[in-house]
Amino acid sequence: MSEQVTGAQSLVKSLEAAGTEHIFGIPGGAILPAYDPLMDSSIRHILVRHEQAAGHAAQGYAAATGRVGVCMATSGPGATNLVTPLADAHMDSVPLVAVTGQVGAAMIGTDAFQEADIRGITMPVTKHNFLVTDPAEIPRTIAEAFYIASTGRPGPVLVDVAKSALQAMTTYRWPTELSLPGYRPVTRPHAKQIREAARLILESRRPVLYVGGGVIRAKASRQLLELAQLTGMPVVTTLMARGAFPDSHPQHLGMPGMHGTVAAVAGLQKSDLIISLGARFDDRVTGNLDSFAPGAKVIHADIDPAEIGKNRAVDVPIVGDCREVLGDLVTALRAEADAGHTGDFEAWVGFLAGVKQKYPVGYDAPAGELAPQYVLQRLSAIAGPETVYCSGVGQHQMWAAHFIDYERPNTWINSGGLGTMGFAVPSAMGAKVARPDATVWSIDGDGCFQMTNQELATCAINDIPIKVAVINNESLGMVRQWQTLFYNERYSNTDLHSKRIPDFVKLADAYGCVGLSCDSPGDVDATIAKAMEIDDTPVVIDFRVHRDAMVWPMVAAGTSNDDIQYARDLAPQFDDDADLELRP
Amino acid sequence: MTPTSGHAASTGARHTLSVLVENKPGVLARIAGLFSRRGYNIDSLAVGPTEHPEVSRMTIVVNVEDSPLEQVTKQLNKLVEVIKIVELDAAASVDRELVLVKVRADVESRGRVLDTVQLFRAKVVDVAPDAVTIQAVGNADKLADLLRVLEPFGIRELVQSGMVAIGRGSRSISERTLRPVAIPAPPAAGLTSTNQKESPRG
Repeated sequence: MSEQVTGAQSLVKSLEAAGTEHIFGIPGGAILPAYDPLMDSSIRHILVRHEQAAGHAAQGYAAATGRVGVCMATSGPGATNLVTPLADAHMDSVPLVAVTGQVGAAMIGTDAFQEADIRGITMPVTKHNFLVTDPAEIPRTIAEAFYIASTGRPGPVLVDVAKSALQAMTTYRWPTELSLPGYRPVTRPHAKQIREAARLILESRRPVLYVGGGVIRAKASRQLLELAQLTGMPVVTTLMARGAFPDSHPQHLGMPGMHGTVAAVAGLQKSDLIISLGARFDDRVTGNLDSFAPGAKVIHADIDPAEIGKNRAVDVPIVGDCREVLGDLVTALRAEADAGHTGDFEAWVGFLAGVKQKYPVGYDAPAGELAPQYVLQRLSAIAGPETVYCSGVGQHQMWAAHFIDYERPNTWINSGGLGTMGFAVPSAMGAKVARPDATVWSIDGDGCFQMTNQELATCAINDIPIKVAVINNESLGMVRQWQTLFYNERYSNTDLHSKRIPDFVKLADAYGCVGLSCDSPGDVDATIAKAMEIDDTPVVIDFRVHRDAMVWPMVAAGTSNDDIQYARDLAPQFDDDADLELRP
Repeated sequence: MTPTSGHAASTGARHTLSVLVENKPGVLARIAGLFSRRGYNIDSLAVGPTEHPEVSRMTIVVNVEDSPLEQVTKQLNKLVEVIKIVELDAAASVDRELVLVKVRADVESRGRVLDTVQLFRAKVVDVAPDAVTIQAVGNADKLADLLRVLEPFGIRELVQSGMVAIGRGSRSISERTLRPVAIPAPPAAGLTSTNQKESPRG
């Protein structure tokens, strides 16, 4: 089944064969040949306003569904604009395929117009990348790109195609098998390691399930719930794993880390066994690594062997897909339970329940002003757990992680590892394209929003009715918080004046969206309700909030998790600490 | 290919890794980039063809403690084009480097230079009125000794290869692993339907 086609036709046919339904991109000189057959394709191409947004939209698309997101750009600046989303997807293990045009093969290396060595540039920030100069290689390369992006630890793959290869005639033949001798991800966990893990769990007295984004990528939430309910072990979900375990579940301690809940931080710090599932002991979770969870043994399950033991020494390493690991652990522990062997975690669970009750996530409402946390609480209550929430990076991200209740996986999409400001609007656009029937809220800061809000045009024109909540504290809030705490309130270059310029309501209007504004607690519900009623146009709400609100709890950078502050200068007291320490 | 620092500079533990890679453009850049961005020091790196035309072999000498070494090999293994990594134990392997050194040798000193060449079983590969160029092959220690003895005559120019190494005995590190494992390609347009069933509410 081979036929003579242009390289460009071969590329589009290959993308179709790989299952692509949507591409986010911008054409340009080198990729131009591919855009011609795209007009006749079943693939819907969404013309964005900046290539960075094409990449983040593909990320949002992938994160909302687990499918591979696809973006496309031309050579040179088009390709370099994709570097940030590629790096972001690399850090957060998002399956992504980026297709870029490259100058003609004969021009490569001559500093031709719009030439950039995008394969060389993106080597450190992609899972793999290709440069195709032979048109016959296009189908196999696209097949390999999708396979690599979506299997093992997912990640971004870039395919750079020379314009000459797109223009040449070739045969199109979709491969029936791939030969990647150096790429064999292990998904089945080793039975011996599972037995050893089960043994440690039963022996432990203070275990905790440390759940990372890998559980969401592995679609393992059901198995996680089974394991948690079978054993009664407490659960913490990292920033990347919010939604992997229901927030309403009594065993859930919340998010750990620099801005984690006191219960989640204490749950890790005082545990005697950490069961890490698709998490990577990131510095934002561990704080000072040397003093992190000093009494804990570690079971570390990850599909990427390089994560195991990278930051924290491991007692039981398990290489495998989290869904399989969890399934096997459930089977092993159920067999033990049938034989009468169960863990004794009662004192520990009681202790943590006390901490959770004593130190809930809270805030002080400023008199006469709107608290950002209140906005997110109300948004959560009104929009509900079926909604997909996308976030930028900063204070609003942390508040969104805490004050929205997540009940399902793939409903919380944010930039965790790279921390890319401006992620919210384009990722929400991608999520809405992937799940048109879902309500998609973009929670943004006024700083983030001004980095990528040009995509409101894309959303308005292409019927992608996302909703944007701008948490406008007229500053780069998280940086300002650090200046408050660590730089003697010297606010160097963090004041954005965003309550004055721009006028976000007019901006939304100019982009063909509905713009709303809200600056008092009494109007929050009505404003959100109004936005919820509009489902044919994007909506932007400018929530003009108290600018001095801070994110608490907090573990200052580089310090120990033992030094967590529940609020400014307020360290939690663990009453039952002494009792706990006495236990074996 | 390019020893970034002399073997004399080694301080921590040196490990010799034999790395089989797919013979494709950009592989060397990937590996060099990985070492650089993760902060691992390369003492020496040599790359060349193997008995399989589609496979190249790199011999990389790294200077790290055991625990980072595990990270080095794990990170290398993540590169799609890296097929296999074997750490060669010094006692169970043969390692060699090659040096070409141009030494000042006039009528008066030439005899003594040639004696040194003989002692080290090296070879003279070029002669000029006031210099000879010597080729020597050996392990790092032997070559260092040779250079120390030649030093007083005056070394005018020196070029040295990276180390290549091979395990002793009859076994080959490339047997078995090189048979390509066929992977089912994504079925034409089939990816979406299967995935949709499981996501996003699973």
